[in-house]
Amino acid sequence: MNGARFTRLAEQDRQTVTFFVNGQAIEALEGDTLLVAILAAKDHVRQSEFGDGNRAGFCLMGSCQDCWVTSESGERIKACSTRIVAEMRIVTETVNLK
Amino acid sequence: MNAPKVVVVGSGPAGTRCAETLALAGLRPIVIDENSNNGGQIYRRQPENFVRTYSQLYGSESDKAAAVHSDFDSIRDKIDYRSDTLAWAVSENTLFAAERGRSVEIPFDALVLCTGASERVMPTLGWNYAGNYSLGGAQIALKSQGCAIGSNIVFMGTGPLLYLVASQYIKAGANVAAVLDTSTVWDSLAALPKLLAMPSMLWTGLGLIKTIRAARVPIVHGVQPLEITGSGDAGVNAVTYRDKRGHAHTLECDAVALGYHLRSETQLADLAGCAFSFDRRSRQWIADIDDKSRGAANVYMAGDGARIRGADAAEVSGRLTALTLLLDLGYAVDEKEIKRLRSLHARYERFANGVTRAFPWPIEHVRNLPNDAIVCRCEAVSVGELRDASRGKQADEINRAKAFSRVGMGRCQGRFCGIAAAEIIADATQTPLAEVGRIRSQAPVRPLPIAVEQ
Repeated sequence: MNGARFTRLAEQDRQTVTFFVNGQAIEALEGDTLLVAILAAKDHVRQSEFGDGNRAGFCLMGSCQDCWVTSESGERIKACSTRIVAEMRIVTETVNLK
Repeated sequence: MNAPKVVVVGSGPAGTRCAETLALAGLRPIVIDENSNNGGQIYRRQPENFVRTYSQLYGSESDKAAAVHSDFDSIRDKIDYRSDTLAWAVSENTLFAAERGRSVEIPFDALVLCTGASERVMPTLGWNYAGNYSLGGAQIALKSQGCAIGSNIVFMGTGPLLYLVASQYIKAGANVAAVLDTSTVWDSLAALPKLLAMPSMLWTGLGLIKTIRAARVPIVHGVQPLEITGSGDAGVNAVTYRDKRGHAHTLECDAVALGYHLRSETQLADLAGCAFSFDRRSRQWIADIDDKSRGAANVYMAGDGARIRGADAAEVSGRLTALTLLLDLGYAVDEKEIKRLRSLHARYERFANGVTRAFPWPIEHVRNLPNDAIVCRCEAVSVGELRDASRGKQADEINRAKAFSRVGMGRCQGRFCGIAAAEIIADATQTPLAEVGRIRSQAPVRPLPIAVEQ
């Protein structure tokens, strides 16, 4: 599965905001957190560093630290506590430096 | 004499009422908030461009949420409110914080910690897959973002939030597969005398169950969670549990909301020098607070961050703590009001003890956890690795077991695994839980971006 993980149930009548995940343009809604913006289009935000698969956050309140993503410029961002901004460029796939 | 410098951490129900009481007495407290607006987790506000009404958002609690928001708005010019600010350490009458990427040191004469609570979690095989969320997280997705965590959701665990969030999802039109509760009907009955201390809250709780039943969503009591199946790539695809007769059942789903009541957020209190004691009833470590709500000489604690008593009690506790603090600072205070709040708080306390009794932490499931279940999601440490480390290295104390197994060493600092890890160590080494201890807190209590400026 590579579709959306989250289902929008309300507040869908908002301005759209375009941002990029792994180079692909994605439409989010103004007021989305970065985590919601990604998961309304994709099913994960990062990979566990310990090889047990994809992760998609857990607590959504800045406590579990399981939704850190990286911007294309290398900045680390806690997705649940960051508001989406147009033109954000996010990477969710771990680069393997072997 | 300069006015005393009081810093309040948190602006949920406790922090809001505390700051309000201090401000009305003529102090100008600094209020530190990790969120961008007040309300805490329970009364978290939706973004400004969202349009749902208070009653759509907060249901039976909408009047309280509206009051916590509007009363806070009305004191904004009487307080020094620092939103989007993370308090990360306390030392020698100074609070260290990261304020929108800038590092600040805030000296104080008195500190009030209203740090709230987060989920207590019992691991289940497969809870590390994408698609598992804490109950609180599932609630935030809906309340503050208008989203469900999946298209077919199982709610599993125990505690009031299990029913609250499941009913909120149903009302919002989400597809809820089932509510699986590890507690039994007998637990609820045994708790009834204490729950009757607050008949209106008991009535609200029964209303949630009615909502769930009316939607024909099954509520199963006395379950033993066996496995959350799925894959590392695609995430969750089903939940398997055993019912009280011993039969196994599998429910397909693409998301699981998990939680077993709450635990206090106590890292800052720990760093501020507060002492902790083991509480047998909740099987948790709680800060020692005196009758003036003090955990250390000039450190006060209020709300769920001090004791898990719920949002209504937190408002009372925030007011009460502010009044006792004012008294300590030499201000004239209406002692009758203190008395009235104390007796009201005692009723909430009795009710909260009933909630703890109704939704017990299912320690009997600890022994049956399979070795390959993950206990620490941050570092992907398995139950088996923790059992081996604690048995093989004589690590029956949790900080020692942490050093050997890496449990609790990850970015969340043991918030979501520490309590279960202690139970696993206690069971594996046959040590009383109180002797296993608790994970020592370390600054920064949450990760800081490397680019925090001085």
